[in-house]
Amino acid sequence: MSMVAPHRRRRQGRAGDIVLLIIVLGLIWQAFYQVAGDVALTPPLATVGYAVGLMSSPDFWPNVRATFAAFGLAVLISVGAGLPTGVLLGLNKLAGDAAEPVLVALYSVPKVVFYPVILLCFGIGLAPEVAFGVVNGVLPIVIFTTNAMAHVKPIYLKTGRAFGLTGWQLVQTIAIPAALPEILTGVRVGLSLTFIGTLLSEMFAARAGLGHMLINAMQLNSVPRIMSLTLLILVFAAIVNTALIVVEHRVSGRGAEAQLDGAG
Amino acid sequence: MVLRAAVLGGGVLLLEILCRLGVIPRFTMIPPTAMAAGLVALLRTGSLNRDLFATFTAVATAVGSSVVVGVLAGMVVHAVPRVRRVLDPLFATYYAIPIWAFYPLFIVLFGLNEIPKIVIAFLYSVVAVIVNTLNGLDRVPRVLLKMARAYRMGPLATGTTVVLPSAAPFIITGVKLAIAYSLIGVISSEFILASRGVGYRLSFAYLGFDNVTLYALILLLLVCVTTINQVVYAWEQTLLRRWGRR
Repeated sequence: MSMVAPHRRRRQGRAGDIVLLIIVLGLIWQAFYQVAGDVALTPPLATVGYAVGLMSSPDFWPNVRATFAAFGLAVLISVGAGLPTGVLLGLNKLAGDAAEPVLVALYSVPKVVFYPVILLCFGIGLAPEVAFGVVNGVLPIVIFTTNAMAHVKPIYLKTGRAFGLTGWQLVQTIAIPAALPEILTGVRVGLSLTFIGTLLSEMFAARAGLGHMLINAMQLNSVPRIMSLTLLILVFAAIVNTALIVVEHRVSGRGAEAQLDGAG
Repeated sequence: MVLRAAVLGGGVLLLEILCRLGVIPRFTMIPPTAMAAGLVALLRTGSLNRDLFATFTAVATAVGSSVVVGVLAGMVVHAVPRVRRVLDPLFATYYAIPIWAFYPLFIVLFGLNEIPKIVIAFLYSVVAVIVNTLNGLDRVPRVLLKMARAYRMGPLATGTTVVLPSAAPFIITGVKLAIAYSLIGVISSEFILASRGVGYRLSFAYLGFDNVTLYALILLLLVCVTTINQVVYAWEQTLLRRWGRR
């Protein structure tokens, strides 16, 4: 019981820190507004008002649905293709060594470079959005998974072998659980990049979606609309990312406990 | 190394054959040899020099400023734990934020020139430098700090002779990320909206269905970015070896 109190206090402290952070960011935003004026910015509170208004307008939700259809598909493909590739590359040292530098080099190339290629291959509509999301998101998932699998402590695998586990059993019961925290980090980074990729792609060639709304607002130079859309996108990205961080902490916390138990 | 070259060479060869046989239509992709020929022709005309200069000046400015600001900010934040606790959630979610959403805002604020894309690249890379600096400072062995105190070194001497060198491997990781992120920031911004730069030329070629120029530019960017990465990697390895860390 005595453990609960400090834990809760810490959590309250964290919430307080986040509120403080939001207030500070709001103040910086307000200061920018004082300098730049209505031409460039809307003040924070007014923007929240616009955002609420936008959410209740009829043309908003179909666009959200369009973005999430593309994002969801892209996530399925990124994770579905990225995890097995990473696991295989991580387990096979030769393939991993051959592929990793190429993957890392590709990872640091600006992905917009491939955007025209994707449009030429997939045309306009849902397909290029999904493809561009995948191009952005799949690499970190593969790279993190490969590294995580390649760096599972040999002693775990030896123990598994000593217990008579072979092949897929070894991978499934030992290697993947041991690598899970790092794999999840890769998935989190991958999901963020997939989201950014989907939005960017919608900005150039789409008929619906949040990115499409954003570029329309830019072309109409509607500052309140740009600001409130940006705010909504940021809030969404932050919430999803925070949720994934919480999952990550849970998983790695469990791993740490297991290790402590083993040590004891 | 040989295997890697073989895999890469095989891939290029396969692409060449597929394009030449017409399995991949010319409208979608041109053969790699045609890309290379297009690139040579494009570089010969010299019309690209201005854009190359603009892009790499912007990248260099962004890298320089984000490394200097990032390392200093990292040291300040590390010194004040209260500030760090408040900023931690920001650092954790920062790279989930689509930073390009701010690009139109910066164009309105600074005008359609080099500054907005440098600002985007700076914002995109500075947090990576800060986070890696914090990581490095966290890992300075306590015994070295005690040693510095035993020798009665002042804060400045401790910082330059003990703390920074021992945090350096992490700071170098930050610099590497800053280079990659600045390239991404500048080229992507140019692709969205700019009046010059390689990214701008890319988007111009793409909008004009000028496939030869388009693929020549893609090839150029791939070669440039890979070369820069290799050079930075080699530089990192040399430094680490000199400090006897590997």
